[in-house]
Amino acid sequence: MSYVSNTPAQQREMLAACGITSVDSLFADIPEALRAPKSKLPRGKSELEVTSLLSGLASRNFSHLINFIGGGFYDHFIPAVVDAMAGRSEFYTSYTPYQPELSQGTLQAMYEYQSHICRLTSMDVANASLYDGGTALYEACQMAIRATERPKIIVDGGVNPIYRKMLYCYTANLSIDFHEVPVSHGQSDRTKVFDALDRNTAAVILQNPNFFGVIDDQSDIVQRCHSLGILVIQSVYPIAMALLKSPGEIGADIATGEGQSLGLPLSFGGPYLGFMATTKNLVRKMPGRLVGRTVDGKGRQGFVLTLQAREQHIRREKATSNICTNEALCALRAHTYLSLLGKQGLKDVARLCLNKAHYAKERLKALPDVKVMESSPTFNEFTVRLPIDAAEVAGRMIEHGFAPGFPLGRYYPGMDDYLLVAVTEKRTKYEIGAFAEALEYVLGRNG
Amino acid sequence: MPTPSDRKYAKTHEWVKIDGTTAVVGISDHAQSSLGDITFIELPAVGKKVTKGQSCSVIESVKAASDIYAPVSGEISEVNSELTQKPETINKEPYGAAWLFKIKGYNDSDISDLMDSAAYDAFAESEK
Repeated sequence: MSYVSNTPAQQREMLAACGITSVDSLFADIPEALRAPKSKLPRGKSELEVTSLLSGLASRNFSHLINFIGGGFYDHFIPAVVDAMAGRSEFYTSYTPYQPELSQGTLQAMYEYQSHICRLTSMDVANASLYDGGTALYEACQMAIRATERPKIIVDGGVNPIYRKMLYCYTANLSIDFHEVPVSHGQSDRTKVFDALDRNTAAVILQNPNFFGVIDDQSDIVQRCHSLGILVIQSVYPIAMALLKSPGEIGADIATGEGQSLGLPLSFGGPYLGFMATTKNLVRKMPGRLVGRTVDGKGRQGFVLTLQAREQHIRREKATSNICTNEALCALRAHTYLSLLGKQGLKDVARLCLNKAHYAKERLKALPDVKVMESSPTFNEFTVRLPIDAAEVAGRMIEHGFAPGFPLGRYYPGMDDYLLVAVTEKRTKYEIGAFAEALEYVLGRNG
Repeated sequence: MPTPSDRKYAKTHEWVKIDGTTAVVGISDHAQSSLGDITFIELPAVGKKVTKGQSCSVIESVKAASDIYAPVSGEISEVNSELTQKPETINKEPYGAAWLFKIKGYNDSDISDLMDSAAYDAFAESEK
């Protein structure tokens, strides 16, 4: 369909039919001061001029840096197949099916995505995706409150501080009683978490590996919570799930996480992908779309949206969530990524991340001015203490071509000297060595 | 299906039958036929305190998900957990085997506020 705007002659004709002389008079009821000022856009530019302008702006990005920043979002390799699939117009142009069952291909892809998430988390059911890891955690929190009819949520201090900020922002006007428990030696503080549990507690929110990259088998916390009728929400890093105990294996009730690592570019924070999975028991409390597989009247396989009675077009204000848009195209990328890698491929990626991160840890440990925090085992991310402000070091490392990590002082007061370093399969031995040398040089110049 | 006269009815289409010291609650034939084929029921927890008019259970059918409201205040003393396996019983025997839950410690005045079968029939007719 081509877009043809109306001509001045047609506008005059329409105004005449309304009995007025100008478009502005249609807005006469709105006080002058509240109307948008006349825009002062520059004159139009040619395609060549626009391309030069935008590529000039883009070149000011530091995308050439060798990246060691993580903090929940990671620089993983994206195979070309992912872009090829997501770029297919059958998926790209109709990512939100308004007449869902007509789009069998889209529903099949969503169903397969859900199956991947179930396997990755060892949970019974997964939804067709949410906005991102942080909003998925918020939805899980609401879900636990609905299921238990209790008002209190315990939040482990190892949960990504960005997610925690989102959680508190989303719930600012709800009467939820959040209780945060700081980590102890990099892990969940059992004593303090157990002390905080009571009859009003709906759920405990945990993360594995936690924000400091620390691996923590939290099954003892799950056991204690379940004995008190408290649910456990665990936010996980999907790549790590190939090697570590999954939420299902430790008995968690709701699993959530950020799916960006599964074939989505970092691209300044979005669009990302929130995944969520739960047990059969809680499926009706879970928000989001859910695709099911069934057979038609002739016994042929078909895919349908299922359990829609939970959703807002049927349950109205009592729906399990008022977010109905899912991230179907992002979920398709994750589906493609996981299908391409397979079980073994994902394990290989996870093992590369683990091994390279531990190599980097050894290299940094050898530096006289760097103290690697080693009280607990880590996956592909670890914390180091520097002799000076970590944000300042990060600034100087950029001059040497490295994005050295995430300065923790930004979210943890008093930890200004700490840097969180992440290593993915993309980093080579050479890059890691050069990184250690650059850091030694930068710190040496300081001393 | 005739509306039994041995019980009382709420405007939200629940029925209440007194059985000793408890009030047995179900939904009317009119309610089940408006909902269509029932596929799922979520029952309240035993011991839960409910107040008259409070949503305490959910029935899902192929057409809709509907809240079931407590017709009287009190405490849930028993739930019909067989319905979880066979929710279609509510369509078949709304006044018999498909009672939903029982409330103890109710107030007589809550009961007398409800409609008798004739009044309910007229009310249901007016809603059509």
